[in-house]
Amino acid sequence: MIAPDELEALLLDILEHYGYDFTGYSRASLTRRVHAFFVKERFKNYAAFRERMLESNIYFIHFVEEVTVNVTEMFRDPGFYKTLRENILPVLATYPFIRIWHAGCSTGEEVYSMAIILKEAGLLQKSLLYATDLNQRVLEKAKAGIFPMSQMRLNSENYLHSGGRQEFSGYYTANYNFARFDKSLSDKMVFSTHNLVSDSSFNEFQLILCRNVLIYFDRELQARVLQLFDRSLDSLGFLALGSKESLKFSAIAPYYSQIENKEKIWRKKR
Amino acid sequence: MEKKALRSVQKLVVIGGSSGSLEALLTMLPKLRADLPLGVVIVLHRNNQSDNALVELFASRTSLIVKEADEKDILKAGTIYIAPPDYHLLLEQDGSLSLDASAKVNFSRPSIDVTFSSAAAVFGKYLTGILLSGANSDGANGMAIIKKKGGRIIVQDPNEALVAYMPARAIKENDVEEVFGALELAELINSISN
Ligand SMILES: C[S@@+](CC[C@H](N)C(=O)[O-])C[C@H]1O[C@@H](n2cnc3c(N)ncnc32)[C@H](O)[C@@H]1O
Repeated sequence: MIAPDELEALLLDILEHYGYDFTGYSRASLTRRVHAFFVKERFKNYAAFRERMLESNIYFIHFVEEVTVNVTEMFRDPGFYKTLRENILPVLATYPFIRIWHAGCSTGEEVYSMAIILKEAGLLQKSLLYATDLNQRVLEKAKAGIFPMSQMRLNSENYLHSGGRQEFSGYYTANYNFARFDKSLSDKMVFSTHNLVSDSSFNEFQLILCRNVLIYFDRELQARVLQLFDRSLDSLGFLALGSKESLKFSAIAPYYSQIENKEKIWRKKR
Repeated sequence: MEKKALRSVQKLVVIGGSSGSLEALLTMLPKLRADLPLGVVIVLHRNNQSDNALVELFASRTSLIVKEADEKDILKAGTIYIAPPDYHLLLEQDGSLSLDASAKVNFSRPSIDVTFSSAAAVFGKYLTGILLSGANSDGANGMAIIKKKGGRIIVQDPNEALVAYMPARAIKENDVEEVFGALELAELINSISN
């Protein structure tokens, strides 16, 4: 077991060595993940762990992949997507060009879900979806657009509950254990690494989604990241968070109003 | 660890349950004293519908405040926090709550093991873990960790539990000495003083 002070020392080493700052992450979850990694990799003690971590960049990337939580699914929280379809896309439709940022997109299921609803609303052609994550490995998977067949049942149920009326299987080609999603969906996606802790605003968007990422951050880091979103959002743009995340206690809250049904979507007031 | 004054509550009770545990909780809740000086966290396996029905049902049976846990909530004495569906519930060193949507543990999210072990790391000997009825093996490992950290472990009597498997397994794996019916469990919680 790695002790709390050892974890703190490790985080500082990682920051110094690789420039990745995990010191603003909530400790309970991070400790659990780092500990699981430590056990899985069969380290004898903290010193050995630290040495390995600082010795190779490739190993560090592996570590990042394991300690960040990448669990995701298509149309996660179907009611959320239903609201996007019914309340948000009609507003976006009035713009000549739609820019959307998926911050912390993981393996991309969220981005493909968005592309599907945009396509069904006839808006995909004039949209551009920027999908970012700090983890290079998940981005590679997202780019490929190939997802496990075993997930398709859940994905297609979610799709139906989100108000989808097409044949969901029409969006992919099944190939043994994998489903390869249609290229017409990914044509409008741009993938790039972006670290919410340290990288800056890179464009202005009408809609930013950052779902199930902020729950892993402490209040201070949450506040900083929300400021980043505020700077990256057009006036009257929308900010969408995960089902247990909120703007409620944040400094930017006064400048936003939550949309009327209780989904976690806020609109910038000006 | 276990440094007292840092936290908003000094003692915590975590109750875990799976199938059949609702009945036990509905027996226990009305018996809990209104001035309970502890934090109470409940982790139940349930369907993923994020509705308020469970919170409302519990609230109707007790004079304590019942709320679904939000991330960064600070534990308050006399409030019962319910783990939200589809998230693991964790405890921070300062006594605040964290949520985590990582992979299921024992086919469960929330997982009782996850909350038990995380709470044990924060509350040590000031933690009481109670395991109720269920058909799952979740909770047994977490109880072992609570015990190792000096906390107290109590299990619903498998003879009374609607589904005996989960409590029976925890008893077997951890040599649990305190085994009680739901009514007595409520009295036990009431008797934990500050
Ligand atoms: C649980 S996934 C969320 C996926 C998707 N948004 C959803 O809601 O299903 C969280 C993602 O956040 C990413 N992440 C964590 N810290 C980050 C950071 N500092 N900057 C960018 N992405 C980060 C992780 O790599 C992971 O892929």
